Amino acid sequence: MTGIIEVENLSKQYGSGTKALSDVSLSINEGEIIALLGPNGAGKTTLISIICGLVVPTGGTVRVGGHDIRTDWRAARKLIGLVPQEITLEPFETVMNCVRFTRGLYGEGPDDAYIEQILRSLSLWDKRDAATKELSGGMKRRVLIAKALAHRPKILFLDEPTAGVDVALRRGMWQVVEELRREGVTIILTTHYLEEAEAMADRVGVINKGQLLLVKPTAELMGEFGKKTLTIELDQPLTLIPDELTGRNLRLTADGRSLCYEYDTRAERTGIARLLGDLAELGITVRDVSTQQSNLEEIFMSLVSEPRQEESA
Amino acid sequence: MTAINWPGVRAIFHHEMSRFFRTIMQSLLSPVISTVLYFVVFGAAIGGRIESVDGVAYGAFIVPGLMMLTVLQQSVSNASFGIYFPKFSGTIYEYLVSPVGWIEVTMGFVGAAAAKAILIALVILLTSFYFVGVHILHPFWMLAFLVLTSLGFSLLGFIIGLWAKSFEQLQIVPMMVITPLVFLGGAFYSASMLPPFWEAVAKLNPVLYLVSGFRWSFFGVADVPVGVSLVAVGIMIAVCMAIIRWIFATGWRLRE
Repeated sequence: MTGIIEVENLSKQYGSGTKALSDVSLSINEGEIIALLGPNGAGKTTLISIICGLVVPTGGTVRVGGHDIRTDWRAARKLIGLVPQEITLEPFETVMNCVRFTRGLYGEGPDDAYIEQILRSLSLWDKRDAATKELSGGMKRRVLIAKALAHRPKILFLDEPTAGVDVALRRGMWQVVEELRREGVTIILTTHYLEEAEAMADRVGVINKGQLLLVKPTAELMGEFGKKTLTIELDQPLTLIPDELTGRNLRLTADGRSLCYEYDTRAERTGIARLLGDLAELGITVRDVSTQQSNLEEIFMSLVSEPRQEESA
Repeated sequence: MTAINWPGVRAIFHHEMSRFFRTIMQSLLSPVISTVLYFVVFGAAIGGRIESVDGVAYGAFIVPGLMMLTVLQQSVSNASFGIYFPKFSGTIYEYLVSPVGWIEVTMGFVGAAAAKAILIALVILLTSFYFVGVHILHPFWMLAFLVLTSLGFSLLGFIIGLWAKSFEQLQIVPMMVITPLVFLGGAFYSASMLPPFWEAVAKLNPVLYLVSGFRWSFFGVADVPVGVSLVAVGIMIAVCMAIIRWIFATGWRLRE
């Protein structure tokens, strides 16, 4: 199946010699949410900027809805809405006029009823006649989203949409994204908040040093790369880990009441059965056991600290 | 979508004009006050000592020059500020990611800058009627020169705005180049009043051709043939368009 965005062997080298992207290939399916993760300067924003038309690539091709972004750029750009990383708004213009302006730029005729619908969904309707300079940071970010949606795009790019936004507002943004997903909008987001990617994205792509290290369904990634921690609650507290159990990746909690055992879910043998057997042999009674999955942040750190070359887009 | 994104052109044009109307007092009043002062100083104080130039009363003679002075300054400053401000505030990204190309962006910004300049020039013309009797011999050509000149210099201002990296750079070209060219371009005198050497030097000034052609549309007298004036403004528009097209094609100072 051809994706709504097809990126093939995309490269970008700046005049200074900096290689921002190296041979990136990626296919994004219609209606999915994909999160691009990576440290600062990894190439996430460069990738988005090329697809949107802000940056000219040095190699490779990008097709959006089947339209080449260089030869058929008008049709390609009409499908896209971009919420940039920086809050950039005309300070003296009203919220309503800002959104009307963007709609016009995309070749659409006036439709105040639709703009009202967008502003209401983003809780901005009450501020429609306010100059953007009078708005709070969170509201300004929502105005940027309203502008990006003004022409009913099929694809929405959110470049760090919740950077510097408080927790309540961040959750509000997630709701907006969820509603857009229900409407069938394809969403590509970059974020530093891995919790965000974990909560929203169908797939996660990890970029580091201009290379796309991998693209996988979020759940699969969590399963494949996830380490689990088995917490064994003891009946009687221990003061030390018995010698027989050393070298097993075990940790004793400060109160001595639990043993934490970290294991790899991908390993053929997790060692859980053997550990529990050894505990029984040593006469250590287990009161309860629980497991905890490592989060995306830990997975991400393990990937970028030991870059893998595999790619499964 | 047609070849040209007309709603996009309209959006940019309205956006620019709305800024003009938001600051209507500053936009209109300040050039009108300046013009009144020019009339008082040049028309009444100095003009009282000059009977006529090429058979035209001095007060009336300077009207086309004053209009041209304002058109040139307003065209350059409106267009340069218009495109520089989105670069400064960061909103330029919108023009680069939306389905508008160099032609739509240029038409929107330059069209609005020229419209503002023409509006102000017409207000100045109305103001001048209060001070001197002005008869326009060729109204069609007067309007044609007004439109072509404001377009030519709005295009130049647009290039300055694209080039500028700071507010200082935005000011320096109009201040150091445009204003001297206008003052030395025969706004307040006829080139024939100069000694032969300086008359020859003055004819190297492109603004002289615009002022001369514009003055001809009022009084039927010109320092240079009218056809030459039209060709000069035509060449200016063509060269500026080519430069703007190149800037958008390469992304110079736009996508950096």
